[in-house]
Amino acid sequence: MELFLQQVLSGVANGAIYASVALAIVMIYQAIHHLNFAQGEMAMFSTFIAWQLMQWGMPFWAALPVTVALSFAGGVAIERIVMKPIEHAPVLTHVVVFIALFTILNSAAGFIWDFTIKPFPTPFGTAPVLGNGLLSAHQAGMIAVVLVMLVLLYLFFRYTNTGLAMRAAAANPASARLVGIRVGWTTALGWGMASAIGSVAGMLIAPVVFLEPNMMLTILLYGFAGAVLGGLTSPAGAVLGGFIVGVVENLAGTYIPVVGPELKLPIALVLIVAVLVVKPSGLLGRRTVQRV
Amino acid sequence: MALRTCTLLAMAVGASALAAAPAMAQTAPGVTDTEIKIGNINPYSGPASAYGVIGKTIGAYFAKINAEGGVNGRKINYISYDDGYSPPKAVEQARKLVESDEVAIVFQPLGTPSNSAIQKYMNSKQVPQLFVATGATKWNDPKNFPWTMGWQPNYQTEGKIYGKYIADNLPNGKVGVIFQNDDYGKDLLKGLKDGLGAKAASMIIAEVPYEVSVPTIDSQIVQLKGSGADILVTIATPKFAAQVIRKVAELGWKPTHFLNNVAISVGAVIKPAGPENAKDILSTAYLKDATDPADKESPAFKEWEAFMDKYYPDGNKLDGSTVFGYAAAQTMVQVLKQAGKDLSRANIMKEAANLKNFEIGVLVDGIKVNTSPSDFAPIEQLQMQKFDGERWHRFGPVMSGESS
Repeated sequence: MELFLQQVLSGVANGAIYASVALAIVMIYQAIHHLNFAQGEMAMFSTFIAWQLMQWGMPFWAALPVTVALSFAGGVAIERIVMKPIEHAPVLTHVVVFIALFTILNSAAGFIWDFTIKPFPTPFGTAPVLGNGLLSAHQAGMIAVVLVMLVLLYLFFRYTNTGLAMRAAAANPASARLVGIRVGWTTALGWGMASAIGSVAGMLIAPVVFLEPNMMLTILLYGFAGAVLGGLTSPAGAVLGGFIVGVVENLAGTYIPVVGPELKLPIALVLIVAVLVVKPSGLLGRRTVQRV
Repeated sequence: MALRTCTLLAMAVGASALAAAPAMAQTAPGVTDTEIKIGNINPYSGPASAYGVIGKTIGAYFAKINAEGGVNGRKINYISYDDGYSPPKAVEQARKLVESDEVAIVFQPLGTPSNSAIQKYMNSKQVPQLFVATGATKWNDPKNFPWTMGWQPNYQTEGKIYGKYIADNLPNGKVGVIFQNDDYGKDLLKGLKDGLGAKAASMIIAEVPYEVSVPTIDSQIVQLKGSGADILVTIATPKFAAQVIRKVAELGWKPTHFLNNVAISVGAVIKPAGPENAKDILSTAYLKDATDPADKESPAFKEWEAFMDKYYPDGNKLDGSTVFGYAAAQTMVQVLKQAGKDLSRANIMKEAANLKNFEIGVLVDGIKVNTSPSDFAPIEQLQMQKFDGERWHRFGPVMSGESS
């Protein structure tokens, strides 16, 4: 029983990691209706920027807003410089550009900061919160931050003009343009916000997995699984999906003898496929109906 | 028909080889009266570029040998290429070294994947792939690969020493193992079981693998703690080892912790994981340690320091790779000395397999380099060491993990 509880809690803690990445994925999906493969590397790069700022003597709470702002600007810049010119190009072109961004950011980080692991400070401390170290303060803090981000996003999309404009631009670009929304800029805004959310995710994840250029490689995959499971159109779904993936992965790895720790990653992939086959819109996602 | 063409072709090649033989008799490939060409492949770029220091140190050591007059009157012409730790690139560079630069041997190519990729090629070309810089056990296979030889203690040797230590000192322990699920992890695990001997089955109560693709190993450590183990053997690469050390501390678990020596770097593993969390961890060593005051005062280390100051002033003296490269290069020079005038590839290989109690100053005292035609594992001894919260302390006798 204790083992079960520990694995669930450890799964929830890992789930927070996936959920934070899933949020960034949903954000970009809202804006461009594609999955950005470079999302994880953008988050990793932002985290390195935060680390560098702290190396230069900035305290954590100063480095955090500066990094988020820089990441936001970086996301907008990528959209304006790289994505805008190929706006009307086929999907494959976009995919190739995503992969290029992925490789460029990964190698650049390796070149600038090298590939050895670096400890990343946590603002929450590492003291155990629950029982004998079942959940550390950082993990609890991470879960809290993910939920706060979720509420903020919900309020943003629901009650602000910019949020509504973004939803309109994503749902129906032509009509949105006709009512005076600058659709091009809402896309850029989407990139900026996804990048900013990613930077927060990176800073939450780095204290757990250590900072290095490849840290987001597989986390992004789990993030995708979480986002698809919960619904790519729903931030709440993405967070829920992230937690479910974390827990299912741990329990399956521990209790299903055939699975074992070797097959934990495929579980994420099986989840993606299963959801797409059975309920393509995800647990909380809206069905998109298109008139033909 | 096809067969006959082949035979004819083989005869023709044989004949031309014979015809060329008189010209070759004087000078072996890559060797002239004044120099010997030694090739090397190292990751100077890419994810493992930190190891590139080894290739640079070797170059610096050969420069020292040349400045002192060379070996048997011949200077060493050292040609080192970058493969970025990528096996296909390693194949390309090995071909370039053998076919275009025409080196006599390829010395200390680095990395298990890269060496695996070039092993067949080197053996079919009959060019020595000497003292490879990887800990895999498979380089000790003179029957199938007579042109390939390892250097450092291999993973099985290391695992065996942990097994022996546990069997002798903690005979009632319950062992939990976390291992990387690939050849390296399984190699070390096999060594551990061999070392425990008959007790392996009853003493190891949990073996948990992890894939390099997982973000964290938290779940595995939780599982191992839950198994009731009081001895933890961590077979993991630096990033995961750091995670293990930290997670074990977070859980408040206090097992006797053995950590494989690919992940004992104080700078790259222990510091990120928190030195206080790593206190009392056990591991093994075969090289002396620049941070150990006693080692630092030894004459061999003074020599090494003088060498670093003069020939590799940019090098980081706290980086163990500089000691590693220095020791490996000395082994190479010893083989060349033993080979004397006959620097044919076959004779170099013969002498490499004929090292007898060769001592290298920067190796832990008591460790001797030994090879024979049936033993292609030069270093097979290690000494246990313990982390005191600040640095590693060696203790106990030098232990042998020789395969019987």
